[in-house]
Amino acid sequence: MDFLRPASWEEALAAKAAHPTAVPIAGGTDVMVEINFDHRRPEYLLDLNRVGDLYEWEVGEDSVRLGASVPYTRIMENLRAELPGLAIASHTVASPQIRNRGGVGGNLGTASPAGDAHPALLAAGAEVEAVSVRGSRRIPIDDFYTGVKRNALAPDELIRSVHIKKAEGPQQFSKVGTRNAMVIAVCAFGLALHPETRTVRTGIGSAAPTPVRARAAEEFLNAALDEGGFWENGKIITPSVAKQFADLCAAACNPIDDVRGTANYRRHAVGVMARRTLTWTWESYRGARHASHPKGGAA
Amino acid sequence: MRVNFTVNGRPQEADDVWEGESLLYVLRERLGLPGSKNACEQGECGSCTVRLDGVPVCSCLVAAGQVEGREVVTVEGLAEYAKQRSRGGSAGTSLDEAQRWAAQGTDSRTGEGTGSSPRAALSSVQQAFIDAGAVQCGFCTPGLLVAADEMLEHNPDPTDADIREALSGNLCRCTGYEKIMDAVRLAAARQGEAV
Amino acid sequence: MTSPTPGLARAGGAPIGAPTKITQGSQTKGGVGESTLRPDGTLKVTGEFAYSSDMWHEDMLWGQILRSTVAHAEIVSIDTSEALATPGVYAVLTYDDLPTGVRHYGLEIQDTPVLAHGKVRHHGEPVAVVAADHPETARRAAAKIRVEYRELPVITDEASATAPDAVLVHEHRTDHHMAHVPHPNVLHRQPIVRGDVTAARERADVIVRGEYTFGMQDQAFLGPESGLAVPEEDGGVHLYIATQWLHSDLRQIAPVLGLPPEKVRMTLAGVGGAFGGREDLSMQIHACLLALRTGKPVKIVYNRFESFFGHVHRHPAKLYYEHGATRDGKLTHVKCRIVLDGGAYASASPAVVGNASSLGVGPYVVDDVDIEAIALYTNNPPCGAMRGFGAVQACFAYEAQMDKVAKELGLDPVEFRQLNAMEQGTLMPTGQRVDSPAPVAELLRRVKAMPMPPERQWESSEGADVRQLPGGLSNTTHGEGVVRGVGYAVGIKNVGFSEGFDDYSTARVRLEAVAGEPVATVHTAMAEVGQGGVTVHAQIARTELGVGQVNIHPANTEVGSAGSTSASRQTYVTGGAVKNACEIVREKVLELGRRRFGAHHPAWATAELLLEGGKVVTDGGEVLADLVDVLGDEAVEVEEEWRHRPTEPFDPRTGQGDGHVQYSFAAHRAVVEVDTELGLVKVIELACAQDVGKALNPLSVLGQIQGGTTQGLGVAVMEEIVVDPKTAKVKNPSFTDYLIPTILDTPTIPVDVLELADTHAPYGLRGIGEAPTLSSTPAVLAAIRDATGLDLNRTPVRPEHLTGTA
Repeated sequence: MDFLRPASWEEALAAKAAHPTAVPIAGGTDVMVEINFDHRRPEYLLDLNRVGDLYEWEVGEDSVRLGASVPYTRIMENLRAELPGLAIASHTVASPQIRNRGGVGGNLGTASPAGDAHPALLAAGAEVEAVSVRGSRRIPIDDFYTGVKRNALAPDELIRSVHIKKAEGPQQFSKVGTRNAMVIAVCAFGLALHPETRTVRTGIGSAAPTPVRARAAEEFLNAALDEGGFWENGKIITPSVAKQFADLCAAACNPIDDVRGTANYRRHAVGVMARRTLTWTWESYRGARHASHPKGGAA
Repeated sequence: MRVNFTVNGRPQEADDVWEGESLLYVLRERLGLPGSKNACEQGECGSCTVRLDGVPVCSCLVAAGQVEGREVVTVEGLAEYAKQRSRGGSAGTSLDEAQRWAAQGTDSRTGEGTGSSPRAALSSVQQAFIDAGAVQCGFCTPGLLVAADEMLEHNPDPTDADIREALSGNLCRCTGYEKIMDAVRLAAARQGEAV
Repeated sequence: MTSPTPGLARAGGAPIGAPTKITQGSQTKGGVGESTLRPDGTLKVTGEFAYSSDMWHEDMLWGQILRSTVAHAEIVSIDTSEALATPGVYAVLTYDDLPTGVRHYGLEIQDTPVLAHGKVRHHGEPVAVVAADHPETARRAAAKIRVEYRELPVITDEASATAPDAVLVHEHRTDHHMAHVPHPNVLHRQPIVRGDVTAARERADVIVRGEYTFGMQDQAFLGPESGLAVPEEDGGVHLYIATQWLHSDLRQIAPVLGLPPEKVRMTLAGVGGAFGGREDLSMQIHACLLALRTGKPVKIVYNRFESFFGHVHRHPAKLYYEHGATRDGKLTHVKCRIVLDGGAYASASPAVVGNASSLGVGPYVVDDVDIEAIALYTNNPPCGAMRGFGAVQACFAYEAQMDKVAKELGLDPVEFRQLNAMEQGTLMPTGQRVDSPAPVAELLRRVKAMPMPPERQWESSEGADVRQLPGGLSNTTHGEGVVRGVGYAVGIKNVGFSEGFDDYSTARVRLEAVAGEPVATVHTAMAEVGQGGVTVHAQIARTELGVGQVNIHPANTEVGSAGSTSASRQTYVTGGAVKNACEIVREKVLELGRRRFGAHHPAWATAELLLEGGKVVTDGGEVLADLVDVLGDEAVEVEEEWRHRPTEPFDPRTGQGDGHVQYSFAAHRAVVEVDTELGLVKVIELACAQDVGKALNPLSVLGQIQGGTTQGLGVAVMEEIVVDPKTAKVKNPSFTDYLIPTILDTPTIPVDVLELADTHAPYGLRGIGEAPTLSSTPAVLAAIRDATGLDLNRTPVRPEHLTGTA
């Protein structure tokens, strides 16, 4: 094993180009477990800790450019307004110690269906900035996950950042685990309201070979909200609409039975989380509308 | 490979490090600082918690090569770290203290005089763990102390829910956590009185 | 309405009852009954306490074990040549390299091969060991060992074990249980029959039957199996080890090494928790073999993955119960069958069977019982000792039954238990009369009387605090679907080793003057595993010898056996041995004083003399001499064995016999909130009332009760080793997928401690470590049933069981 220690982004890209099998390591929260338990013996470890660029974020007009190694703790503390779904998801990651080290780049690089960031990124809408010595490209998050623990990165590419759409409406994230802290998702669900485009986006974790969106559920809900004029009148979403949405989210799952949970449970739980997160975000949306039209008397 | 970094204020050099070694292994097996514990080596138990440039991390998940040039505080240096903090100074070590440490040397092998010698008085959180009965087998204790001390540094008057959240990455199998809660409450109260 | 034991009811929860007379007064600070602090506390908070995995030696090698990748197979061949040729490798050993004809070990039955011979019987069985100069070198070398397996069908449950054509897990059994078992794959069977269940059934107005499943729990101690073996010049070896019983290890290790016991020196290294998982050997023999072979010190440290294969677990069980009761709420009979999966090797299974059967009815008066408990040999992971030891599985089932019977009768579940609660004088199903306080009804009364936690604590002005809701930080509910439930349970556990075992301990106590101060030194082989035995030993010495300064000598095999740190027995038995040795030392010191100073004062001959505050005083308080003057240059030292009252074996056909020396009782009330839609559980509070006889160290007592309670909580809602029934392979050997409670899963645990002396025991104390692990699990399950209305018959209960999606 060789330990490569690039001091800059350019050096990192050059190292990855020279050694495409090199395994990038930043927070180490996935890679080191595999090394400690003898599951993996990469030829090269490519340490990204000295690439300062990866630890920075930038809030733009429409989106946030989130460096691949920005720790979850930073996201929770600093980007709750811009990236509320991801901030909530970050708070559910493992433990404080892990949140201090791990970042979204690692989640994307590992591409485990159980990664906590994925549902939030899918729901918010994001692009992964993949870079190599050959150049840079942005991979839409919808195209990023290609299989179980597989992604769209080329062997010589590294993730520099993720460009995530700034929230224009409420977002939520919910994750089921069999413990009240420090738990890997049995399944997870992210939801984002996009009032400007009058759309809703979803993300499902750990309930299919890859993180997925519940597209049929989104289309159903978009149409139902549109037809009922919900975006404009801010009415309470009817239980039947919420239930149909939840059922369609459950139907979007393609889960397995494993030691963490049954396939049936995962489908069921995704449905429950879909209904609840829809309620929470919609109530929040209605509350914000009332706040801006103070006849509701809330303020 | 060779790794140079600072542990408890003192420069350290580790040689012939295998590239897959963790910071935890280097601390325990090469630098004679076995206080950070090897309970799970997968980031699930927190018993190896150290501060890396001030931030609590699981040292089992930090590759040794990643700490080059960085500062690490372990349980062995916690009392001194807390003392420096209460003086309002940086948490590093003065040249004078570093020299005294060097003069004392470390005999990691017997567990005597490691790192923290000459032994600083216990930090308030260390003392509180003893007084409250929060230590049984003690294997989780070092990690809990580092995590609890760091929480109290930022949040000197925590609610119970705050304490539980801050320590949710540290497993204990002996105590049922009640005495650990007592200990952190006690440390917070004593720190409050001292201010 | 409650019916507390007459004379016991008292408001306020103050300790009642008087412990046995403390022969010494209470003038000496830091004695029995005080919450003195741990002597190892400072070392443990500074990181200087040397655990077994912290051991280090110049030029030491690292040992690595190669384990089987399949559960049941013949070993066709093992090729170690490539591993041996690896640079940095010093030795590779297989079964054929073992130095003597003794190649198996075991606690009771020596059925466990040091290294697999011809066959592997469970996933993760040790096949070969490697010593190398770096752990990674050792791992790579182990990976180069070629083992060819021919797989055999796996035995995984009672049906496959006892099928007429079942493959025998041990084809050449010769152990003494063979005569009493129905099938060679049944390791041990213990029936207990008393009265006439058939006739009693006729009297029953209601009969409730239930079938229960208890999952495989892991001790999950945090300090992994580890140790350092150092070869010595005389051809022997010195092993620094984390264990629960040094002398038991020694008895098993020495014959395999071909060394006389005195050439195998054992010193207790720091132990990072045990809970039963260190009763059996793990890496001890392997490290010694490698050290002797290479002539170099050898350290072995398991990682967490290996630890799941490196020690036995709590037996998973199937339990079949029938309870009958009359309309007025009296139990008529209990019939039950408990099937424990012992896995591939015997370990402590026979004794676990003895406990499960003899305690299978619970702390209740039942005259007509028909109990059968068996342990199976299967190809599942070996199971053995874990805190609660057979009584845990039974308690889960009989307490569920008690709730069901109460419901059938329309009675309050606590009241129904109190109506049937045993008390001092009750006959156990074994025919043994309970001859010390058994305040079962009172414990239930107390735990029920504790104030209830407020409702909806998660509500705040800023909305729901998810940390206090089911799902916690994962943000699954803001109150939706959350229903509260309350449940009660009580249990009975034996204390000490039972069934006629010679359960003794040894203490060496020395009293001398050092620098003008009297100093006592207590030397035992007791394994301090975190329970606080070292604290208590110092307290006993202070009380009995009237000195302030007590040194606790490191535990090793230079002193006689202390027995195991298990079965809630150490404070009783080794505490008793220390007390006994101190009393002998005290008599010798007084004799010395009489010789030296007797002529100066008549009270030396006439008064009752005590050692208090470093002085010899009369019971009237008159000071006769300073201890240092009495001692002069002499050190008074004794080493003595001490035994509790003997027990007797259970009759193999009827189970009758005075098998246990003491019983221990605890009751729990669980308050839970369940997200009924997602099946997630938050335990809000787990209140406990326990009789401890006499709290030698109240702070440590609380720590034991709260810790034991939490392990019971774990197996109620999350902890289970999952074994694939098709392959017998372990599916979750990691802390990622074997979950133990975090601080956010663990509720407040208020404890009401009762102190009713057992006059047979030192200071009236009662062993305390295990009882709280029993009733905690069924109390949580009862509370979840209360919240959900579901009939839950397995533990741990998982979200799919609460949502109909299993």
